[in-house]
Amino acid sequence: MGALLQFEDVNFAYHSMDGETPVLSDLSFQVEEREFLSIVGPSGCGKSTILSLIAGLMEPETGSIFFPAQKEQKKSVIIGYMLQKDHLFEWRTIINNVTLGLEIRHMKTKENVRKAEELLEKYGLGKFKKSRPSQLSGGMRQRAALIRTLVLEPELLLLDEPFSALDYQTRLSVGDDIGTIIRKEKKTAVLVTHDLSEAISLGTRVLVLSNRPARVVCDIALDFDEKLTPLEKRNDPQFQAYFQKIWKELNKSGE
Amino acid sequence: MENKKINTAQQLYVRKQKTQKCLVILFRVLSLVLFVCLWEWASRNEVIDSFIFSSPSEIADCFLRMAKDHSIFQHVGVTLGETLLSFGLSIVIGLLAAVLLWSAKGIARVLEPYLVVLNSLPKSALAPLLIVWLGANTRTIIVVGVSLAVFGTILNLYTGFLEVDKEQVKLIYTLGGGKRHALSKVIIPSTVPLLVSVMKVNIGLSLVGVVIGEFLAADAGLGYLIIYGSQVFQLNLVMTGIIILCVIALVLYQGIAFLEKRINR
Repeated sequence: MGALLQFEDVNFAYHSMDGETPVLSDLSFQVEEREFLSIVGPSGCGKSTILSLIAGLMEPETGSIFFPAQKEQKKSVIIGYMLQKDHLFEWRTIINNVTLGLEIRHMKTKENVRKAEELLEKYGLGKFKKSRPSQLSGGMRQRAALIRTLVLEPELLLLDEPFSALDYQTRLSVGDDIGTIIRKEKKTAVLVTHDLSEAISLGTRVLVLSNRPARVVCDIALDFDEKLTPLEKRNDPQFQAYFQKIWKELNKSGE
Repeated sequence: MENKKINTAQQLYVRKQKTQKCLVILFRVLSLVLFVCLWEWASRNEVIDSFIFSSPSEIADCFLRMAKDHSIFQHVGVTLGETLLSFGLSIVIGLLAAVLLWSAKGIARVLEPYLVVLNSLPKSALAPLLIVWLGANTRTIIVVGVSLAVFGTILNLYTGFLEVDKEQVKLIYTLGGGKRHALSKVIIPSTVPLLVSVMKVNIGLSLVGVVIGEFLAADAGLGYLIIYGSQVFQLNLVMTGIIILCVIALVLYQGIAFLEKRINR
């Protein structure tokens, strides 16, 4: 297993007439294949910016972001991106929402649509194929949003606080669902969150960032039993220890 | 037992709502009948001058006479046709222009003050100019109708496009789409309700524009009928024209409202 994604001395700043706001300063890290990297940091430290840069929605000012495999095999890495809200469109049925990416990429073949239907079935949304998004609960909508990205068969999944719009209880169970789905589908994922428990329960590695402009404060590999689901991890004795450690690092960086 | 109790409470509520609805309709009809009777009575007993204010019976008489020689249908047809045409054109041109402005924000920034001025300008002021430029014909009337509605349409739709949730547009980009997809998958579908409400406004504005146009440059149509009637002091003709315009405005508006219901279903 090698690195799927590499950040090298990336600098980024937002510009407005009032001046320049540096967001990332000489940020370097890598994402290994098949790992689930959680990125935590104080709010407004540029976590979401990192995801937008990875997805290619923005370009770094200096430094480089690259996929080592892409250089060798000369094929582009497909990236799935999950936003804070599900953004399912009310004027489309669930199946048509889920196949939106396929439509855009001109990949809406019968076979791919069947695959989307299978995914809906597999994750408990089969009955709601023809429903409108408003008929689904918050958790179901978030699952549908995940399937919308999964049908494109991304090699890398970006999750931008995908549970922050949900209430606490739903948040726990959807986090558990989605963590399990991502592991089952054997995807590499990068999760950005300000919720430490979420970061620890879902990730296999946690990257702690400093205040703006963001640097890596520490990089902690999480060593849980692989069979534990995100919810079970929360009850693991190691969980508290990791939590304390990351909490300390975060506060240190905030000073 | 419990269930039955709930049921009767529900039934009571439904019955109350239905009764209220019926009462509203009843009073609507009654107030119209009352108004018409009062008008008729006042003009017969010379409380008002029936030469100036006409009367329901004379209007009905005038309408029947014109229906017999089919001339009223010709006028209604001309006005209706012109209105629908300028309505359609205002929507199509407005939508295309709004899409263009959205795709090229630079053009939008440059043109914005001009659009605002054109939108606020009383378009009836343009009508005499248009007659000189285009001649006293149907084309002029339709251009007046379009000019009344189109600038508001452009501004409304363009603002609506800009108000679409940026995150929804971002979703399209994250799924690998471009500007074209953002437009066709998010921007246009999510502004359909706005488009319908713009249509509701436009159908009225087009009718106003067409009637203004007919005042100045027509030999047929309800606007022509009204201006002709006032010039020869046949106020029955004027009133007949106005009442038919009321009916047309109502029918057209209801048509759009029906369309809106179909879309929202």
